[in-house]
Amino acid sequence: MLAHAFSKLQNTGALLKANVMLLLLTLSLFTVGAFAAENLPTASTMPWWGWVIALFVTCFFLGIVAVPSGVGGGVLFVPIVGGFFPFHLDFVRGAGLLVALASALAAGPSLLRGGLADLRLALPMAVLASASSIAGAMIGLAIPAAIVQIALGLTILGIVTLMALAKKSEFPEVGEPDKLSSALAMNGIYHDAARNEKINWHVHRTPLGLLLFVGIGFLAGLFGMGAGWANVPVLNLLMGAPLKVSAGTSSFILTLVDSSAAWIYLNKGAVLAIIAVPSVIGMMMGATIGARLLHVLKASVVRKMVISLLLFAGVRALLKGLGIWV
Amino acid sequence: MNQKTSFISVEQQRYATWLSWGSRSGLAVLIVTFLGYVLSGLPARIPLDQMPAVWSLSTHDYLLKTGAPTGWHWLNLLGQGDFASLLGIAWLSGCSLLCLLAVIPIYAKRKDWVFVGLCVVALLVQLLAASGILTVGH
Repeated sequence: MLAHAFSKLQNTGALLKANVMLLLLTLSLFTVGAFAAENLPTASTMPWWGWVIALFVTCFFLGIVAVPSGVGGGVLFVPIVGGFFPFHLDFVRGAGLLVALASALAAGPSLLRGGLADLRLALPMAVLASASSIAGAMIGLAIPAAIVQIALGLTILGIVTLMALAKKSEFPEVGEPDKLSSALAMNGIYHDAARNEKINWHVHRTPLGLLLFVGIGFLAGLFGMGAGWANVPVLNLLMGAPLKVSAGTSSFILTLVDSSAAWIYLNKGAVLAIIAVPSVIGMMMGATIGARLLHVLKASVVRKMVISLLLFAGVRALLKGLGIWV
Repeated sequence: MNQKTSFISVEQQRYATWLSWGSRSGLAVLIVTFLGYVLSGLPARIPLDQMPAVWSLSTHDYLLKTGAPTGWHWLNLLGQGDFASLLGIAWLSGCSLLCLLAVIPIYAKRKDWVFVGLCVVALLVQLLAASGILTVGH
């Protein structure tokens, strides 16, 4: 009994330590961001390697918080790096797509093998979203950066609202599957390790889901962000796929959607290796740590911190676009 | 085949295998070429110490100032560190193409023509994006 109490005390200590570290990390991201925005002019005297190291470290920390908060790294990357680093938004969006793409590619194989991503559910959505992401990328590169900044700020504030208000349903109630999902056999079985049982699932409201994926793909291409924040609610709350299948399939869809948009940025010359590669490596290393911390961090606390961080970055993007806080 | 994978379709398992190889090799190429760029002193079209002067420009102004290539012309400049690093990026962006190609025969053998069609359309969309035909500008 004493050993049990001691072990519980140790776990509470570890939990407390991890959450305090995370609080400090978030506060430092806020402080560094605000300091950078206030004090670093565009033509900074900092050498190139200083920026590369700062970018790598920022992405490493973003990767840590991205996993437990349940948002993709790309959603955090674009507003934060776009708002507080001297890089043009075109290059930030190009790098953001690659960050989201690399994370999705790394997770894809195990999600498919575990049945948490479903090819039959993903392909119809991915085809439409890929095509619209091309349109989004082309429009994003054709319109002035200030307009993209304003739209980005408003979208991030919308995401913050969605994150704060949206509910999730682990196993949504789905009546009869609709005709389209039946015809495409958009159903499946996966093994839920937590419950140690096989879960059968099917979906409904497929036509509306497909329509929404057109819009989601467009936003992904326009802003260079992964779109897990929108994919998961559509798959889970609208179409009725179980939460784990929604999250896994959403990640897999990004492998196709973000690669289409990434080609447009690459062909246009909007991908600079010096920005994209340290971001990808930093985010992936951070995500590895974040996945390990998943068991000790309190997800709701991390989620609230990420919402605050996004709120700050969204307001910053909006004010930057409006020329108020440049 | 264990309990966890017994209900995963053959095409999904094949897609996963190809995706795993494609993404791992792409990441390796990305890291090796980037290290070659920043550490080994490979010649670069835009020297690293001049990057801060151009990375705050819009793509349009950056292309005008540096004469950097668009489309697939960077392939002609693979000997230069900044463009060699794009190889890994293109690899990662293109690795889904092979995965889609790999599952088409499985759907075709099962006469699942709808999914054959979906894979073909997905391939065409990816190829169209990669082709460089679609041009935009500020």
